[in-house]
Amino acid sequence: MNDLSTLPPPAVSKAHHSKFAALLRVCAVVLLFIGLKAAGNLSLAWGMKHFPETMSAAPLPYVKAMFDPFVAFGIGAFILALLVRMALLSMADLSFVVPVTAIGYLLAALLGKTFLHETVSAERWVGTALIFFGAALVGSTEHSTTGGKSQ
Amino acid sequence: MKWTLVGVMVMATVLADLLQSYEMKLAGRQSVRARGLMRLARLIAQRRLLLVSIFCMAVSFFTFMALVQTQPLSFAVPASAASFSLETLLAGLVLRERIGPRRAAGALIVLCGVVLVGG
Repeated sequence: MNDLSTLPPPAVSKAHHSKFAALLRVCAVVLLFIGLKAAGNLSLAWGMKHFPETMSAAPLPYVKAMFDPFVAFGIGAFILALLVRMALLSMADLSFVVPVTAIGYLLAALLGKTFLHETVSAERWVGTALIFFGAALVGSTEHSTTGGKSQ
Repeated sequence: MKWTLVGVMVMATVLADLLQSYEMKLAGRQSVRARGLMRLARLIAQRRLLLVSIFCMAVSFFTFMALVQTQPLSFAVPASAASFSLETLLAGLVLRERIGPRRAAGALIVLCGVVLVGG
């Protein structure tokens, strides 16, 4: 019988493990991005719907709106989400990131219905479900096809 | 008016995403820890194309602000997903990403969802 210590290291298993770890990292960053974006969307929509002035081409109402605490929180969440998404784009393809993060659209419909009491029609729910399934299909593909430098 | 706002938002998003993806591929893998996010913020100030992409995102954001004030959130957010098909196409052409049949089908299903949501 062969001595196990003389066998070469399982290179395939190690490569598989590091690929799995990279996928987990990408999934965690996707979830972080979706959470930040959903919180930002809800807060911004709440702030804007309760803002007394109507938006136009003039910049002043936008600047005023930014001082509303809900709008300000939403902007803060968006800035963090932007940085997290940039990190995500350094790990995965654009054609992977964009549809996979679309799961946030399902969350937006749910939050809009729950917190803003918006009416979501059956057609819109079907559309949102399609977005979800399309995103899941893209999510099952290789997350990076162009390679990339590690840092 | 609402479709004009959606159009401006989508075009600005597509340009911002392409530029950002191109620059981030060049920059290499980044971390989402506090120090990594600080490094990313510094990177934005150093790269001209990233600054242009941030400007496009700002245009997209302010258009979204105007849209969300008059339209339901459950319309405004999914309608912005109209950029998906254009971005998938340009990711293959400009960024040389491999768009396999499964990824293309997924992006197409997402687009159908967007049409239903906006209809």
